[in-house]
Amino acid sequence: MNIVVCIKQVPDTTNVRINPETNTLIREGVQSIVNPFDMYAIEEALRLRERFQGKVTVITMGPPQAEAALREAISLGADEAILLSDRAFGGSDTLATSYALASGIKKIGQVDVIICGKQAIDGDTAQVGPGISVWLDIPQVTFVKKIEDVEEKKGTKYFRLERMTEEGHEVVEAPLPCLLTVVKEINEPRIPSLKGMMRSKKAEIIKWTAADVDADPKKVGLDGSPTQVVRIFSPTPRQGGQVLTGEAAELAAKLCELLKGAL
Amino acid sequence: MDYLLTEEQIMVRDLARKIAQEKLKPIVAEYDREEKFCWPVIKLLAEADLFGVYIEEKYGGMGGGILDLCLVTEELSRVCGGVAVSYAASALGTDPIILFGSEAQKKKYLPDIASGKKLAAFGLTEPNAGSDAGAIETTARREGDYYILNGLKHFITNGGEAEIYTVVAMTDKSKGQRGSSAFIVEKGTKGFTFGKKEEKLGIRSSTTSELVFQDCKVHKDNLLGKEGMGFIITMKTFDMSRPGVAAQALGIAQGAFDLALEYSRQRVQFGKPICSNQGVKFMLADMATEIEAARGLVYGVARMIDSGNTKVSKESAMAKMYASDVAMRVSTDAVQIYGGYGYMREYPVEKFMRDAKITQIYEGTNQIQREIIANNLIKESLANSKK
Amino acid sequence: MAIEVIENKCVGCTMCLRSCPFGAIEMVNNVAVINPDKCVQCGACVDSCKFDAIFLRKHEDVVAPIEDFQDVWVFAEQKKGVIQSVVYELLGEGKKLAQKRKQNLCAVLLGDKIKAEAKKLIERGADKVYVLESSLLKEYLDEPYAQALTQLIKKYKPEIVLTGATTIGRSLIPRVAVELKTGLTADCTGLDIDEERGLLLQTRPAFGGNIMATIICPNQRPQMSTVRHKVMKEAEIDKKHKGEIIEIDPASVKLTSRTAFLKSIEDVAETVNIAEADIIVSGGRGVGSAENFKVLEKFAKSIGGAIGASRAAVDSGFMPYSHQVGQTGKTVCPKIYFACGISGQIQHLVGMQSSDIIVAINKDPDAPIFKVATYGIVGDLFEVLPHLTKELQKK
Repeated sequence: MNIVVCIKQVPDTTNVRINPETNTLIREGVQSIVNPFDMYAIEEALRLRERFQGKVTVITMGPPQAEAALREAISLGADEAILLSDRAFGGSDTLATSYALASGIKKIGQVDVIICGKQAIDGDTAQVGPGISVWLDIPQVTFVKKIEDVEEKKGTKYFRLERMTEEGHEVVEAPLPCLLTVVKEINEPRIPSLKGMMRSKKAEIIKWTAADVDADPKKVGLDGSPTQVVRIFSPTPRQGGQVLTGEAAELAAKLCELLKGAL
Repeated sequence: MDYLLTEEQIMVRDLARKIAQEKLKPIVAEYDREEKFCWPVIKLLAEADLFGVYIEEKYGGMGGGILDLCLVTEELSRVCGGVAVSYAASALGTDPIILFGSEAQKKKYLPDIASGKKLAAFGLTEPNAGSDAGAIETTARREGDYYILNGLKHFITNGGEAEIYTVVAMTDKSKGQRGSSAFIVEKGTKGFTFGKKEEKLGIRSSTTSELVFQDCKVHKDNLLGKEGMGFIITMKTFDMSRPGVAAQALGIAQGAFDLALEYSRQRVQFGKPICSNQGVKFMLADMATEIEAARGLVYGVARMIDSGNTKVSKESAMAKMYASDVAMRVSTDAVQIYGGYGYMREYPVEKFMRDAKITQIYEGTNQIQREIIANNLIKESLANSKK
Repeated sequence: MAIEVIENKCVGCTMCLRSCPFGAIEMVNNVAVINPDKCVQCGACVDSCKFDAIFLRKHEDVVAPIEDFQDVWVFAEQKKGVIQSVVYELLGEGKKLAQKRKQNLCAVLLGDKIKAEAKKLIERGADKVYVLESSLLKEYLDEPYAQALTQLIKKYKPEIVLTGATTIGRSLIPRVAVELKTGLTADCTGLDIDEERGLLLQTRPAFGGNIMATIICPNQRPQMSTVRHKVMKEAEIDKKHKGEIIEIDPASVKLTSRTAFLKSIEDVAETVNIAEADIIVSGGRGVGSAENFKVLEKFAKSIGGAIGASRAAVDSGFMPYSHQVGQTGKTVCPKIYFACGISGQIQHLVGMQSSDIIVAINKDPDAPIFKVATYGIVGDLFEVLPHLTKELQKK
């Protein structure tokens, strides 16, 4: 089974703040990490490989530093890593990003399944995965929480999958090749091993430019991105009200009085 | 302080830290409270190749040394001294094989230990032979190709959880210390069972059990070194393993200190954080300095051993004694800084104080360590004066 | 490069460097240099430059004649034939946008034997409802739904398309947007019209809720957004409102699906869906254990509330993920939100701060939760909650 995992290097958003004076992002001390949801995608790919044999290729689009994210994936056990990096990709929104990644995946060749995290924690869009499946014209199943089985019917292999919904989950069937986006319920990502880390240090990262993947220059980067960010600002914080202190019984009585109309 | 660790050592330390902070920390309180062996984390350490850091590559290890072992132990210990000792005790059970094992014995046992597939343990202590290791009563009687073991070991870390045990028994009682021998005994060997599991003050997520030998038949191929080498194997093993206990103590001290420092910044009394009081400041400064001094000593000894130096008894004893005394002092002071909250089980700091105590006791009490240090000093002085 | 520094105008004042939210500008030989890998062309530096030394070339390569696109569309998500409440929120917000653009508010209803529901959409303000019925649309499936919506958009050319940021919305709309090669903004919490340019201003949290970004789609149509549930107010029911129902001939739309729906399992059926609850009692790390959550459950039961949890509580295994409130969990907007032993990290606040009343119970008087709480109780939740249960029972 040829498995491709799309990953993204993101700033650890728990630490991103806006400087209230200058209204700009404070970037100092903010670490770059592999998007946490992508860690579940990598783990599921490795488990698929353990179940059905095959090869796990990770791909990312980003600046040269994004190589670190790929090396982390290799340390966990991925076989091969591809970095799509080109100035022409700069400023891509989700449409252009999904096009670039789809172009890269086309170049990889025969692929059975593409796995993405459900969303990236910096943008939180959840749009790139489905976008890739449209560019590649393959079916998608989003928010997958379990890969139950693979079944073969009339020469075509099908995944039976569980996907999360607001009410619970549903069971769907999708023919290979297809694209899955996964949620964190699907597995518990492994910790890298020392041997994996040693291997990842030496591993060769394949680097492709826009030209290498035959990307149409009009569809990548700023030119391929219909959306523009026009403003960023700090969220207006909700104003606090009364703070009560005292004995528990007293506090409960006071609160009960305050909530009278609302309950 | 920068200890000029190699890239590989930094990798080992960071990986151990990741497991300790991300996987161990959330479950520490539960395993301590319920006194359960922490298999989930032990398995993670195995998958991460951390059980093999000090074992040669040809036996499936990572080819590092005692310093690597210390780094892992320290990081685990910063979160839980119990898990740290489970890890380090496996190394203690392995050291005799590394030091005195035949090629065949190494090939048979080390790969499974390095991969973490099997834990090891060291069986020396008996009810009547604690510090006096020469007084052991367990016997090994030669019968054809086998030795027949009879006796009881107690307070054995990883007892029952480990698969591979190095056990010291008397092959010739008449020779006293020189009459003991060391054997590799596998779990499941007929006549080898486990007795009482101890309930402990600290390191509660580690298992401490009795090993019971009743006409237990062990093949002569499992004899380590030669008959009569039991005592020397024990001493050399401890020389090599003491930095591990020292690292465990160091981690406990560091973990307690980390908590105390953070708490002292958050806790406000009289309208200011308590860390702005000179009384607390001086405590913090002393704690941090002592920890750093201990670390220098521990890493120093570990490097001595890794460079091939075999005469390390004195330095090894110094590191173990000093680091464990620091652990006790620092963890006690950390509880003090937490005040009343520190005494409560709900807060994490009292556990460090409970865990610290054992480091002053096991693998040679600190009184024994002082004996070793002083005896070595006197021996050296004598040798010098003879020149 | 569509953004440039005009070197002879730049005086090296570094104003732009400080204004750049993405750290994309550095000074080289006293002249600002923009790093294209980091720059997203937000234009903050253009505004900051007092010397007009930074030039941003706006997109000009228009693909479709924008004027052809008219009306605000709302995707009327339904499950088992029931229109989801987020749709009414979209109609409420869509109405405002349609009025500003002097256009119609329309809804698109896809499903099987669903026509009868169309009048509910009209009552909530839709001027037109496009209805497409097909057995292939009975259960939600990505491909036929995306095909149907794409073809309808191509045919009727709406200017704006709004969808709930639900599981269905977030699976469906990215496909449609890519098919149409247009822009899509996810998970919006604010929508408005730039009156001057007639553009949809889409505001959404990013970086885990730490910052807000306003996004436009100037040159492609339609402008598409998914909108976070429980942020906008529902449209009122107006039985007198008139609207037109336009039935689409199923034969005119090509639908296929490679994936198949097998079954759905409601595994949180026994608990109240927290996104819909009027009262939520939420616990955080301070609750201490799964066992201790029973104290919250007892209290919640006594006042008919649902149980929520912070990410810390979920990560510690106290509560299953389906109860998680916050950035990576659910956004809730109950009448009363009890935050018990929750410190109030930003990631949690973004999921609950639009609640009508927030009651915070926490031992730590400095917990950030008190900064947003309507009523803050400094105390031990295990002491306060039982008393509160008693007090409320008295009433």
